[in-house]
Amino acid sequence: MPAYRPEDPGTHPPLDFPGYRSTRLRHPQQPLVPLPHRLTEVTGPLLGEGRVAETDHDLTVQHAGEPLGERITVTGRVLAGDGRPVPGTLVEVWQANAGGRYRHDGDHHPAPLDPNFSGGGRCLTDAEGRFRFVTVKPGAYPWKNHPNAWRPAHIHFSLFGRAFVQRLITQMYFPGDPLFAYDPILQSVPEAARERLVSRLDMDLTTPEWALGYRWDIVLRGRQATPLEDEDDDR
Amino acid sequence: MRLPETPSQTIGPFFAVGLPWPDGPDVVPAGTPGAVLIGGQVIDGADDPVTDALVETWQADPDGRFAHPDDPSGPATSGFRGFGRCATDAEGRWAIRTLKPGPLPVPGGGVEAPHLNLSVFARGLLNRLVTRVYFPDEAGANAADPLLASIADPAVRARLVAVADGDGLRFDIHLQGTLETPFLAI
Repeated sequence: MPAYRPEDPGTHPPLDFPGYRSTRLRHPQQPLVPLPHRLTEVTGPLLGEGRVAETDHDLTVQHAGEPLGERITVTGRVLAGDGRPVPGTLVEVWQANAGGRYRHDGDHHPAPLDPNFSGGGRCLTDAEGRFRFVTVKPGAYPWKNHPNAWRPAHIHFSLFGRAFVQRLITQMYFPGDPLFAYDPILQSVPEAARERLVSRLDMDLTTPEWALGYRWDIVLRGRQATPLEDEDDDR
Repeated sequence: MRLPETPSQTIGPFFAVGLPWPDGPDVVPAGTPGAVLIGGQVIDGADDPVTDALVETWQADPDGRFAHPDDPSGPATSGFRGFGRCATDAEGRWAIRTLKPGPLPVPGGGVEAPHLNLSVFARGLLNRLVTRVYFPDEAGANAADPLLASIADPAVRARLVAVADGDGLRFDIHLQGTLETPFLAI
C-alpha cells in the first residue's frame, strides 16, 4: 500500500479567514479529527476515460464563432510532491469570460455574456503529466466581499491525482496582477506559498501571431520517502 | 525529492460552469439491485442551507474492493466507479445513488466498518472539508472501527453514522455550530 505524506503545514489557507467574509459561518470550530491513511485514503477515483471529448481542452471552439478576448494557451504538468508526474489524470477548469462574467445564473456582474464562450473545459494529462488548454484570458470582476472588492483574473482548476488524499481544487492566477494585494482569497494562502498559484508567461509556449502562452505546474501531495531517500535529502 | 505542494483555493459560487456531470450522483445507475440513496442537507453556522456546495464521495464496492490498482487485494472487477459527485440544490440538499461498501481490512490488523469518504467544497471553504459516512445497520462493525473509536464523545461519534430515512439514508452535514459534523485531518 502506498504511503502519502501528511498535509504540509504552511501550504493551504486556514478555514477561518475573516478577510474572506464567506468563511464566517462555514468554517468548522472544532479541531479536525486525525484520520490515518488506510485503503480509502490511498486509493481514489481514476476518472476520465470516456468523459473527455477530443476538443474539451479548447474553450474557444465550443460555439459557432470564436469568443472575444485575448486568446491564450495554458500548459503545465501535474506532479506529485515526490517529483513523479501524474499521467492520465482528469483536469477540469472553469472561468469567467474576457469581460469578467461567468455563464452562471448567480453571476449578476453587469458585464456582457459572450455567446461564443461557456467557460468550462477538461482534459487528461499525458504520459509525462502534461495538460494543455486553449482559452481566452478571463477578466477581473467585482464581488460583494467588501466595498469595491475585485477578484484578480483567475482560472479554477480541479485535480484528482491517484489518491483521495491528493484531491485538490484551486485557482491559477496571471503574473504581475496588481489586484493580488487586494484579494483576500489569494492573500489567505501563507505568504511563502502564494507564488505557487501564479502562472508565468513563457515565450516558448506562445504561438507567434496567434496566442500568448502561460505555464503553470501543479504539485499534489506526494508519497512518503523511504528512510534511505530521506537521508539523501539531508546531504 | 520534495516539491512544494500547490495550495488549495475555494471552489467559489460558479463551479457549475465546469464541474457537475449529468451522471455525477449515480455511482450506480437507477435500477441497480441493492442500490441505496444516501443524501442530506449541507447547513451553515446560522442553520441556513448551503445552496452552493459540491459533495463528492469515494468508497469500496460491496466486496470491499476499490476501482484502483493500489488496492492490495486486487482492483474491483465489478466495474464499480466508487465515485459520486452532487451539487446541492436550492434547499442545500445533495444525494447519491450507490451500493453499500464492504468492510475493509486495516493493514497491520483490525477492520474498518463499511464507510464512504466524503468531501465538501463550497464558497467560503478555502480548503475542502473531509468526513465519513457510516451505516446505521452496522452497530457491531462501527463499535470496532478505529476512526469511530478515536472519537471519545458518543454524541459526536454518532454524527458520522447516517440515519435511516424511508428507503434511503440521511446524512446532514453541519459546517459549524452545536451539531457540527466531525471533520477529518488527512
